[in-house]
Amino acid sequence: MSALARAQRRAPYALTGPALLVFLGLVIIPLAMTVLLSFYDWGQYTGIVPEFTLKNWLDIATDSYFLEIFLRTFRIAVLVTLASIVIGVPEAYILNRMSPGWRSVFLLVVIGPLLVSVVARTLGWALLLGSNGIVNQGLMALGLIGTPLEFMFTETGVVIALTHVLIPFMILAVWASLQRLDPQVENAAASLGAGWFTIWRRVILPQIVPGILSGAIIVFALAASAFATPAIIGGRRLKVASTLAYDEFLNTLNWPLGAAVATLLLIALVAIIVGCNRLVERRYAQVFE
Amino acid sequence: MTRNGPLALLFHALFVTFMLAPLAIVCAVAFTPEGYLSLPTNGLSLRWFRAILDYPEFLRAFRDSLWLAALSSTIAIALSVPAALAIARYRFPGREAMTALFMSPLMVPHVVLGIAFLRFFTEIGLSGTFTGLVLSHVVVILPFALRLVLASSYGIDQRIEHAAVSLGAEPATVFRRVTLPLILPGVVSGWMLAAINSFDEVTMTVFIASPATTTLPVRMFLYIQDNIDPLIAAISACLIVLTAFAMILLDRFYSLDRLFVGTGKG
Repeated sequence: MSALARAQRRAPYALTGPALLVFLGLVIIPLAMTVLLSFYDWGQYTGIVPEFTLKNWLDIATDSYFLEIFLRTFRIAVLVTLASIVIGVPEAYILNRMSPGWRSVFLLVVIGPLLVSVVARTLGWALLLGSNGIVNQGLMALGLIGTPLEFMFTETGVVIALTHVLIPFMILAVWASLQRLDPQVENAAASLGAGWFTIWRRVILPQIVPGILSGAIIVFALAASAFATPAIIGGRRLKVASTLAYDEFLNTLNWPLGAAVATLLLIALVAIIVGCNRLVERRYAQVFE
Repeated sequence: MTRNGPLALLFHALFVTFMLAPLAIVCAVAFTPEGYLSLPTNGLSLRWFRAILDYPEFLRAFRDSLWLAALSSTIAIALSVPAALAIARYRFPGREAMTALFMSPLMVPHVVLGIAFLRFFTEIGLSGTFTGLVLSHVVVILPFALRLVLASSYGIDQRIEHAAVSLGAEPATVFRRVTLPLILPGVVSGWMLAAINSFDEVTMTVFIASPATTTLPVRMFLYIQDNIDPLIAAISACLIVLTAFAMILLDRFYSLDRLFVGTGKG
């Protein structure tokens, strides 16, 4: 009997063991090595010098060049998150009110792009937003602008393209919380004489705020760490944290500095995500049952 | 339930245009007969699709991407199935921490993972190898595989397995004939979602790929950084069509919205 109990106690570890080994070896160790690397020295001719130094971290903390890049990264992430909320929340609501047939068709339209390579999607935006692109030609044909607007290599362009890439996550999060809504509550409010705006503000919105917040956390985290889209639309001059780390690693070859940038990005993101999750869970504990 | 008003439908139409416009323009430009980026206003041409054949490096990258996706998602599923069964059925010390660790690649930026793997693989002599690509992809796609297998593992009635055991079935037989068929939808859709994610991964792979072993998205990314021409639009158009087929296939097994909203309780 006790042999069976012991076997029962060991079973979960035997089953998770292989995956655990892979993750210890391929996530924990490489990440620890990267953090360590950020404290190494580097020279143009000497390469990586394995001596403990705070130089990279002091550089990042004091040089306004890095501050500017990190500010830009988080500014873009905030704008993309806001755009996703403003566009995604009404769209999720509209989707939810469609007939089941249309809804499944348009859900494919919303989710489908998620599965298409981000390089192909960003290429589409590069074609649309170029100075001879459709958007500029259309705006000029309508007489709204005289000269082409600059979208490529600007933050506006990056925000537009990233919003397109990430908005499905917001719609899915809001849609999931809309599904739990009882439509009768909405009808009750209407029967008591509430207008649509009041229904929205007093009945629907309070119930879907947790969905909006969890969508916002996902979109923000992915926007702040996005790489391919800012690299293609932003080009080499409009750098964000991830493209900066890429350049330090593969062009300048200053690995310790690149590792410090990456570590800082990771710490900042984890802090923001964990902080927001705490806030959401405490504030809306009752909604999560 | 009330219907959407005309204003709501207008908003919806604009939104659908916004979502599809970049994909549509890539496909349109791919059919241009001109030698430069333009819409096919003077008739359609397949010249840029034929031109793909003149670039063997893209075809090789495509083949490597397929192998990489198939191999890494198979390994990820092989690791996920036992882990998911353990997490779904047992309460053991470290269960929460382990689940968080297995899901962590979703939270860690892929740039950071790419850098970590580049550093690690350089130290152990795997940098630029196909083995290195497979190992790193297993890690980043495992959360997708695990989540779907986990979702289907929660719903199993364990009495069916007990019945099989009481009828004299060996543990291996119980797994093969009873447990596996029950979680098969999760296994198949988890494998497919993992494979698609492996196939599309670019941010992490760009750090660890070498010119000799690279993936299609990485090759496309590096190409676009230098110039954008109808050739790259034609390649992207092929990818979009391929993804559409994969999506329809996936939808057969597992409704797409459930796939992403995530029904796992763990």
